[in-house]
Amino acid sequence: MSTLPPPASEPPENDAPGVPGFRTWRGVYAFVFGAFVVLVILLTIFSRLTR
Amino acid sequence: MNLLDWVVLLGTMVGIAAYGTWRTRHTDNLNTYLKGSKSTGWLTIGISVAATQASAITFLSIPGQGFESGMGFIQNYFGLPLALIIVCAVFLPIYRRLGVYTAYEYLGQRFDGKTRLLGASLFLLQRGVQSGVTIYAPAIILSTVLGWRLDLTIVFIGILVVAYTVTGGSAAVNLTQKWQMGVIFGGMVTAFVVLVTKLPDNALQIAGAMGKTEAVDFSFSPDRRYTFWSGLLGGLFLSLSYFGTDQSQVQRYIGGGSLREGRLGLMFNALLKIPMQFFILLLGVLLFVFYQFQPNTPVFFNRVEWERHASGANGASFRALEEKHTALHQLKQEKIKSWTTVRETADVAGEQRARAEMNAAQRSVEAVRKEAKDALKAADPRAKIKDSDYVFINFILTELPNGVIGLLIAVMFAAALGSKAGELNALGTTSTIDLWRHFRPLAAQDEHRNVRNAKWFTAIWGAFAIAFALFAGFSENLIEAINIIASIFYGVLLGIFVVAFFVKHVRGTAVFWGALAAQLLIFALRFLKDSFAVLDFSYLWYNVIGCAACVLFSILLQSVLGSGRSSATRTPAV
Repeated sequence: MSTLPPPASEPPENDAPGVPGFRTWRGVYAFVFGAFVVLVILLTIFSRLTR
Repeated sequence: MNLLDWVVLLGTMVGIAAYGTWRTRHTDNLNTYLKGSKSTGWLTIGISVAATQASAITFLSIPGQGFESGMGFIQNYFGLPLALIIVCAVFLPIYRRLGVYTAYEYLGQRFDGKTRLLGASLFLLQRGVQSGVTIYAPAIILSTVLGWRLDLTIVFIGILVVAYTVTGGSAAVNLTQKWQMGVIFGGMVTAFVVLVTKLPDNALQIAGAMGKTEAVDFSFSPDRRYTFWSGLLGGLFLSLSYFGTDQSQVQRYIGGGSLREGRLGLMFNALLKIPMQFFILLLGVLLFVFYQFQPNTPVFFNRVEWERHASGANGASFRALEEKHTALHQLKQEKIKSWTTVRETADVAGEQRARAEMNAAQRSVEAVRKEAKDALKAADPRAKIKDSDYVFINFILTELPNGVIGLLIAVMFAAALGSKAGELNALGTTSTIDLWRHFRPLAAQDEHRNVRNAKWFTAIWGAFAIAFALFAGFSENLIEAINIIASIFYGVLLGIFVVAFFVKHVRGTAVFWGALAAQLLIFALRFLKDSFAVLDFSYLWYNVIGCAACVLFSILLQSVLGSGRSSATRTPAV
């Protein structure tokens, strides 16, 4: 019978995003939030232009 | 459908399922079975998250939503990117640090066993109820239009997904979802391109003038169904509950090689979801324009249901409605042509007048469509009168070439299988980890027995979903039905996690009873909404109210119980 290892927390992980141009996750989140704002603006423009 | 369509459909669907089963047939390690391969990268996680969320209903109903109501539904997704940022920053690091298999295991560590069981039970209850809907929804539509037997379609989808999900667990789900999403993207892009080639140059302007392109509504009016604010706030809570506390999503991103892979997978979805939904809704809006110029646009898009009555005893009244619709449709075409002609000139007053006449003609057509639905309902009270789900499939079957028809039917099946697999995988995992292992802690130490039980639970949930889809009667508006069921439970579930993460002094007993009281409140709001007009608000608000009530009740109860009446906090909150 193989047994399960005792429940243990995982060791701390490397927290760097590893995405070119971003040194921290805060930067990634800010980029995603900025993209969302741009999308809302584009959707608003789309609504106005096609009205 | 001809032989080529069948080859494409069965080749892709059975091929992907067989490949997933074969590649993961030796999965006997619990961690791999429940969380997927350790080498899973961010793109696979991201695709898996998207495939679990995007069911067949997404690709059948949402174009219909665009056709009927325009682009406004996109606002429902405005809370999603913000929710995913919160999940990435708060939820995911804790799940990974604790090495849990399910989100509810965390509740056990933070609070106590009964709160963990409550969280797991709320999930199993709502997801179990939904599991029948996610098979039934595509099956009823596809079987109706293709003339297949509904029961066989349900059983075929069910057995296919159970086979590879039971065999390979999360590893098989991740692997197959990647290929299924490939089929979905390929098929949807093909349909979009074919549709665009059949449209007039000013299609978007026509759609806009007829009120279909209003994507963002910043008004605060409570009688507007979709607004920027309800989408942002209600959508934020719905998405936070779904991505942060629903095991079918949590299971997709807690695996993988590192925390980074999970986070990037979620951020990929935060960027992808709104543009993806935009194009699916736009497809529906363009279908609306396409059908303005077709001479034989049906008065009712579920033609099988319509013909069943039109060829019956009261057929004459149904044919009269068809003729009335055809006449008004032709009149509307003329009004649209007049508007496009006047629009080219500098005659602003003329353009306004032509636009008003065009929209009046559209309202007349809508009135006949409503008459047709009323006639169907009068002829048969059980008749399915919502036909917007049939608009896209109608286009696929009548306007696309053979081969592409098979591909698009495969899109529906791929979406059904992908979301169903994620769901079954999560139901099996939660049943094993939070119920079986909780009640049989000693037997749970045997890894092979854990895997065996996880497979059994997955198969049992699969059989339950198939049986439920076969024997239950479902609401017609399926995507809404799913969202309503989710919203009834999600708010409270999220409230438990919000207390766990952010309200450090509240303990197990207080949050347990606070959550139960909040759930009762939501049930009461739902069931009393027809009796009291003030309670008749959008179901999205149940997420906000359920979460807020759970947090508030828990804090109040904790202040009543004091610090010594409850089990101790086991791990610190953040």
